[in-house]
Amino acid sequence: MNREKIPFWRDERYLRIAAQVVSAVVILGFLYWAVVNFLTVTQQRGMSLTFGFLKEPAGFPISESFILYDPQMSFGRAFLVGLVNTLVVSILGIFFSTILGLIVGLARLSSNWLVSRIALAFIEFNRNIPLLVLLFLLYFGFFTKLPGVKESMELPGPIYINQRGLYFTWPRLTESGGVFLAFTIAGVLLAIIAWIVLRKIRELKGRETYFGWVSLAIFILLPLLGWVLSPSAPLRVDIPELSGFNFRGGLRFSPEFSAVLIGLTIYTAAFIAEVIRAGILAVRKGQVEAARALGLSSSQTLGLIVIPQAMRVVIPPLISQYLNLTKNSSLALTIGFQELFAVGKVTINQAGRAVPVFILIMATYLAISLITSAILNVYNRRVQFIEK
Amino acid sequence: MTMTEQAKSIQPPLPLGPIAWVRKNLFSDWFNAILTLVSIIFLYFAVTAFARWALFSADWRPVTGTPMLFLVGQYPREQLWRPGLSLLFSTFLIGVSWGVWERYVKAFAIFIAITLGIFAILPLKTADLTPAVRAFFLFNSLLIYAGYRVGHTRWMSGMKTSLLWLFVSIVITLVLLPGYENSKIMPSVATTAWGGLLMTLLLAVGGIVLSFPIGVLLALGRRSSLPVVKIFSVFFIETIRGVPLVTILFMFSVILALFLPAESRIDRILRALMGMVIFSAAYTAENVRGGLQAIPEGQEEAARALGLSGFQITWFIVLPQALRLVIPNIVGQFIALFKDTTLVVIVGINDLLGIGNAVLNLNPEFVRLQMEVYLFIAVIFWIFSYFLSYASLKLEKALGVGER
Repeated sequence: MNREKIPFWRDERYLRIAAQVVSAVVILGFLYWAVVNFLTVTQQRGMSLTFGFLKEPAGFPISESFILYDPQMSFGRAFLVGLVNTLVVSILGIFFSTILGLIVGLARLSSNWLVSRIALAFIEFNRNIPLLVLLFLLYFGFFTKLPGVKESMELPGPIYINQRGLYFTWPRLTESGGVFLAFTIAGVLLAIIAWIVLRKIRELKGRETYFGWVSLAIFILLPLLGWVLSPSAPLRVDIPELSGFNFRGGLRFSPEFSAVLIGLTIYTAAFIAEVIRAGILAVRKGQVEAARALGLSSSQTLGLIVIPQAMRVVIPPLISQYLNLTKNSSLALTIGFQELFAVGKVTINQAGRAVPVFILIMATYLAISLITSAILNVYNRRVQFIEK
Repeated sequence: MTMTEQAKSIQPPLPLGPIAWVRKNLFSDWFNAILTLVSIIFLYFAVTAFARWALFSADWRPVTGTPMLFLVGQYPREQLWRPGLSLLFSTFLIGVSWGVWERYVKAFAIFIAITLGIFAILPLKTADLTPAVRAFFLFNSLLIYAGYRVGHTRWMSGMKTSLLWLFVSIVITLVLLPGYENSKIMPSVATTAWGGLLMTLLLAVGGIVLSFPIGVLLALGRRSSLPVVKIFSVFFIETIRGVPLVTILFMFSVILALFLPAESRIDRILRALMGMVIFSAAYTAENVRGGLQAIPEGQEEAARALGLSGFQITWFIVLPQALRLVIPNIVGQFIALFKDTTLVVIVGINDLLGIGNAVLNLNPEFVRLQMEVYLFIAVIFWIFSYFLSYASLKLEKALGVGER
């Protein structure tokens, strides 16, 4: 066999190696150049690159924190406060935007023309304006324009709204609340376990176990038992009261926190509504018709046929919306809610260590993103259609 | 049954009369009736409250008093002919694009023409809007139509229009707006003076155009069989997508200087633009990857069988098909980027939102008029984004994405 020898510059094996070497040299060369510059600049300016400063006292106040903090505590602690603030606003935002998005998405599909149009207006308004403008509108346009403490608006509850924030009436545990709390937690756990076990039994044995009703009963009865068994009332209603120049008691949401939470919620809800609408529309009409033909009730059709199939389409874009919300919470710094990024920014000014702080911020956001998407991807894999 | 009889029996139903329509769509059962009533009450209160506020109690002076500030920021007033000329080029090319691509651009072009026309006759008593400026806006509005006629002629093609856009953008951003030092006719204008809608559009368009080639390269890199390239692309894309845009903008405005030779300085706006480009490139890469994955393996195999080289396969076979598929996604991303340009206020650039903040501090009487100013800005963004997504929807239908 006469085999012509391929010259090496056209031999794919050589070319592949050459391409790898060239790209590696370019990338590494660029990195080397950047690092050398970096080291010279930092040396000239005498900047420190270690993380030791995290133990030093921070010395700046944080307006709002969900864990104990005062300026004498360390930079590390301040960073943690920022992280907790980010997580709290993100988790609450995800919770509320999912509910609101579901409502708006269903309203958009409503056969009622007016309801569907109102939902459309809500979606189009929020999707087409920048989140930052929405936050500014809410915070500067609404929350800073609220009446002073003495002229607070009162909503049934009572809920008081004024410049200092939102004050909710809120149940709080009393000293004898421990028993009730323990029973409640036990009730929730047992209800979940009962749900899983009884459902499995139904699947394996094929007989009705009423898992929904049983776990609901456990969920209600156990806390009730705890209430009866506790020596005195386990909960008291904490009503905000005007004393002096400010309200006391109740649950307070600061204007900054409220604006960020509401802004993130309605902005993301508009996107989630579209995701949910697409998911429901993706379920073929024949599926519903077949279910009805088999004699399933409309609630059974929705719960057993439509929602499980819609979930498959909904989950992946929903994950990215949740991640967007978490990342968007960094905009809170513009209206003075001190979350992760805002605290990081103050830390850079105070400690003068831009690079370590930045590495910390980016690593934290990356970790949040990766963990969230990892958890939701596991769930996604469970609901996806398994082809046989 | 004969054919004609069958055709008769499946005639489309007659359109509903108004009363029947209301009964079917608003009061089909008692639940819907309640929903309708609640919605009407809600709408009535919302609309009247808003109208009362907007017409009687709102103070629109910060918005109406300084239209030029919102358009071009602090750009020297005696040099206004330069952004004006840029607008002239742009409106003409919008018209040409309308002629060439017809209905995808039609709504947008007509909208711009009408907006400019309205601007020309707006009954505002401000020093900014001289008769000359008004005439200029009106002229631009007519220029769109002139461009449309030109776009209709035979020698105008999509390729030529795209190249013209590219050429004009380069001229505008690198020559016309910055100008030259020691030049009598076009003295240099520092980028700190640029602002308003001009800045927003520059950042958005610049961001998407510059990020596109990088994004395509990253997408190809991610699908490459060369480990070094692949690992680098994946690392880059996932890192950028995992962090908020604010951190990237901030990194470019604060940290970038540390990684460059000590004496070098990069313009503030260029730094912000670099941040937007890097951010957008990672998302473009993921969009393009989706397109690449949708191309059947057979295409590549067939090309290989015909003896095309690896580069030829990518350039002539895979990429054209993949990019066609992802055009709607790219438009969606452009809308997102356009809205995200507002974040540059955080690094101290006076885009539209930044100008809004500045206007509030212009006059002590304006300090508490945030609602009016931000609402105005929201409306501008809304209009642009809405028309872009409308065009994207048309495009999606025309390309038949998801139907093949």
